[in-house]
Amino acid sequence: MRRFVGMAILVLSAVALAQAPMQKDLDARLKRLEMELRCLVCQNQTLADSNAPLAEDLRREVRELANSGKSDADIKAYLVARYGDFVLYRPPLQSNTWLLWIGPFALLAGGASIWYAIVRRRRGGDDDPSTSETAPAEAVARARQMIYEEP
Amino acid sequence: MKTWRLLVPLAVFVILLGFLWVGLSLDPREVPSPLIGKPAPSFSLATLHEPAKTLSSADMKGQVWMLNVWASWCVSCRSEHPLLMQLAKSNVVPVVGLDYKDKPDEGRAWLAENGDPYRVSIVDRDGRVGIDFGVYGVPETFVVDKQGVIRYKQIGPVTADALERKILPLVRDLQKS
Repeated sequence: MRRFVGMAILVLSAVALAQAPMQKDLDARLKRLEMELRCLVCQNQTLADSNAPLAEDLRREVRELANSGKSDADIKAYLVARYGDFVLYRPPLQSNTWLLWIGPFALLAGGASIWYAIVRRRRGGDDDPSTSETAPAEAVARARQMIYEEP
Repeated sequence: MKTWRLLVPLAVFVILLGFLWVGLSLDPREVPSPLIGKPAPSFSLATLHEPAKTLSSADMKGQVWMLNVWASWCVSCRSEHPLLMQLAKSNVVPVVGLDYKDKPDEGRAWLAENGDPYRVSIVDRDGRVGIDFGVYGVPETFVVDKQGVIRYKQIGPVTADALERKILPLVRDLQKS
């Protein structure tokens, strides 16, 4: 009897130990997923951070979907179908979001080209020695002559 | 040439002002529902007053109806309640109440106290049907057409303005078609 109990404990703990890392993997995966989903009630919090009752319900849904073998993409699609793209912290690149994705780079490129144009105009095509920052050598020599040598 | 160049920053500023102005008039709490124009999610839930009976989405097919999400714990539901009572009295459109994440006794007590505008109320104890409908706050109200397609969603309490200008004209239109 004692031997049987001992065996049983051994087997059960082996099962528990084997399941622990799986559970850990799932928890990490859920955590990562919930960090990318927005809580609809407190809108600047992720689903992982929010204590709102709806966030709890949605975490429960996400967990159940994950347990039933759904992929991350499936789970996101499930939420998007109900709450729209707004639930995603990383909006998808599509016709109504391209400005959002391209805009900052376009502004940066625009600013850079204006800056480049201004710099080029200042550097080149400006021969007037009175405004150019480094005077030509002959002008400097002439100026020296005028200052130090009496005519 | 010179004056033209001076106008550029002004133009940029005016455009920016336009964006900010539009931004002020948007309510960030109103998340547009992706369900508009899509078939209403199917459900089958016990009714509030007779828990042995159920109401399913199929029972409502063939008529224009409204789904009002409410709860006894919901404060702003009280502000729309008189309007729903009036609507019920006018008998224009059946309203189904979805008692969302509520204790059934408290839901029944609330209706007994404030009046019951609903053709029937159904109990969504764990909020699952609410999630299927994309509910993220109470109250919310949906208008569903004869084919079972969601045509309109009111986020927050129904106002007299929304009822007169949007909901009732839409309901009449849908009833004709």
